[in-house]
Amino acid sequence: MATSEIRALFSVAARPEVVSLAGGMPHLAALPMDAVAEVVGELVRQDGMTALQYGSGQGHPALREQICEVMSLEGITAHADEVVVTVGSQQALDLVTRIFIDPGDVIIAEAPSYVGALGTFSAYQADVVQVPMDNNGLIPDRLRAAIESVRASGRTAKFLYTVPNFHNPAGVSLVEQRRDRILQICHEAGLLVLEDNPYGLLGFDADPVPALRSRDARNVVYLGSFSKTFAPGFRVGWALAPFDVREKLVLASEAAVLCPPSFSQLAVSRYLATQPWQQQIKVYRELYRERRDALLEALTEYMPTGTSWTTPAGGFYVWLTLPPGLDAKAMLPRAITARVAYVPGTAFYANGYGASCLRLSYCYPPPDQLREGVRRLAEVITAELELRRTFGAVAPTESEAGLGALPAPARAARIIGSGDSDE
Amino acid sequence: MSDLGRVVVLAGGLSHEREVSLRSGRQVADALRAVGVDVDLMDADAALVPSLVAEGPGIVFPTLHGATGEDGAIRQVLELLGVAYVGARPAACRIAFDKPCAKAAVAEVGIPTPPSVSLPHTTFRDLGAGQVLDAIVGRLRLPLFVKPARGGSALGASIIHNASELPEAMVACYAYGDTALIEQYIDGVEIAVSVVDTGAGPAALPVVEIVPDLGVYDYRARYSAGATVFHVPARIPPGPMGAATDIAIRAHQTLGLRDISRTDLIVDSAGIPWFLEVNVAPGMTETSLLPVAAAAAGMDLGILCRDLLQVAASRILG
Repeated sequence: MATSEIRALFSVAARPEVVSLAGGMPHLAALPMDAVAEVVGELVRQDGMTALQYGSGQGHPALREQICEVMSLEGITAHADEVVVTVGSQQALDLVTRIFIDPGDVIIAEAPSYVGALGTFSAYQADVVQVPMDNNGLIPDRLRAAIESVRASGRTAKFLYTVPNFHNPAGVSLVEQRRDRILQICHEAGLLVLEDNPYGLLGFDADPVPALRSRDARNVVYLGSFSKTFAPGFRVGWALAPFDVREKLVLASEAAVLCPPSFSQLAVSRYLATQPWQQQIKVYRELYRERRDALLEALTEYMPTGTSWTTPAGGFYVWLTLPPGLDAKAMLPRAITARVAYVPGTAFYANGYGASCLRLSYCYPPPDQLREGVRRLAEVITAELELRRTFGAVAPTESEAGLGALPAPARAARIIGSGDSDE
Repeated sequence: MSDLGRVVVLAGGLSHEREVSLRSGRQVADALRAVGVDVDLMDADAALVPSLVAEGPGIVFPTLHGATGEDGAIRQVLELLGVAYVGARPAACRIAFDKPCAKAAVAEVGIPTPPSVSLPHTTFRDLGAGQVLDAIVGRLRLPLFVKPARGGSALGASIIHNASELPEAMVACYAYGDTALIEQYIDGVEIAVSVVDTGAGPAALPVVEIVPDLGVYDYRARYSAGATVFHVPARIPPGPMGAATDIAIRAHQTLGLRDISRTDLIVDSAGIPWFLEVNVAPGMTETSLLPVAAAAAGMDLGILCRDLLQVAASRILG
């Protein structure tokens, strides 16, 4: 992998002087560490012989039962046999891609899409076709058009990769009215759905939305994770898959890692069995809601005219569109100098789009830091606007960039850069 | 263990080149440990001064790149604390790190350096960018090389073959600093000459020729393993080779540098080496030029760094 200037700049973002709106680290200070220590200590004392031993390639049976309980909160009815525990859901993503994708195969994904998924797809040399979203999520007619376009080119897409809830990086969710349509379109096209749902239980305003998997058990592979609802350091995620896929996942996982870490699995299992984990999720939700509010208020107060952003109802991220003519990647060094960091939008596109956008994370910095970070970012944007005006250097307008951005809050849905949506 | 006392390799900092600096620092620290020097690897942060004060002066090997690391600021603080360090003193760093100043200083003693102008972005704003850029192109002629007046690792740098590319290049450049250096681009063989002084006066290491895989020695080419091929010694005739070596030593002396420096040059088709810039804290990463040159000279990097520390220690003792 080539060394990039952008990657190097994030080295500076790790310093405490920099307000990092770039990373997606859960706020672990909200965890009751004494209780977690007790859980882990008891695990070693009482069950060390199992916790420190090799385990099943599919994952620990008791944890798989508990995972089914967790998924029931999102309306999923599943059996532990259908669950494969993985090293974070990222490994599940890797395994699914390994199973389904040969070099040159097509994967359909949202525009923008999770950078970690794009990295995996790229590693397997997939051709990623990204479909526009608006602030109601993936646009059904655009999905249908993309499938047809791929087919017209003589190829067949292998699966749709989607983050339907509190999207990373876009911060939007797929609305209820579109969920059945998306599934129907995929079913008709024979397109498998890979539903990645790490943030589903972190909604701020309502009960969890029933997962796509709860509506279609045959055609959806569901990816879940304890990274956001408990702690990412355990690296415990899972895939819920139809039988034939599940078998292949287990074999592939055994080939890759032999078995997921017994210690982490049993620690998570014991945490779920002995601690008020649903209450902890509420703690996280309230904390992230407060931070979301702080970020949005600061954006409203400080951002120059022409800037717009999404309003997430859960999760970690806001997707911001810069005033016309600015390039988030080119602007990043200036932001680093001003001690604020973000992720340029191009990271979330496989095709070079996204230059006019950036992702802001509100999960980690406390509210006062979020506010200061936004203040600094606004100054950076203002200075960059002045510089661009001086030189008449306007970054190219993107014509079909997917969810380049959304209008400022409470406006009608619109696909940025590609006209109005169909809803 | 050596008798150097406490040795601190300073790496990181808050410049855009932090990542490179961390890699340089790790490489120097590992090389020193391999020859028996006890090393602390420290960042330039709020913990540094208390640590230097609490644990005694010791000797610092700065591998900080970019602002504060190469502009003399950190070294000024080290002097305030009475800490010995490897490398040039603050006043010399300030001139060397500022490319227009360094170019002017070496030009004074007859070293060829490409014609250039350096301007803050406010000049373009106040006078109208189009007219000023037209004047620059009219005077310097295309192609041009645009880079920040202060900074390294080719960050914010662009080669301009067409005037229409200039506005975007200027914006990219000003993202890294307030002043831009716009220089006549010299087509030729890119070389680097490292200079070290371990007590017997400044001596040049073998000349390194740089051949990036994609033709441009940008950030990716500098720090991705295998992206650049180095030829040591450079594949240039003895005349230009000697002239380049002479320029590197003269630049080192003219700018009042100390212990270690690296001068970057281009040898044009007529065999003339042109001074581009000098580095007071040369990159020391696995893919950097000075370690490559040292290896070609049969020098162990750890021994070289240890010798430089000993020179620094002798200054305090002296």
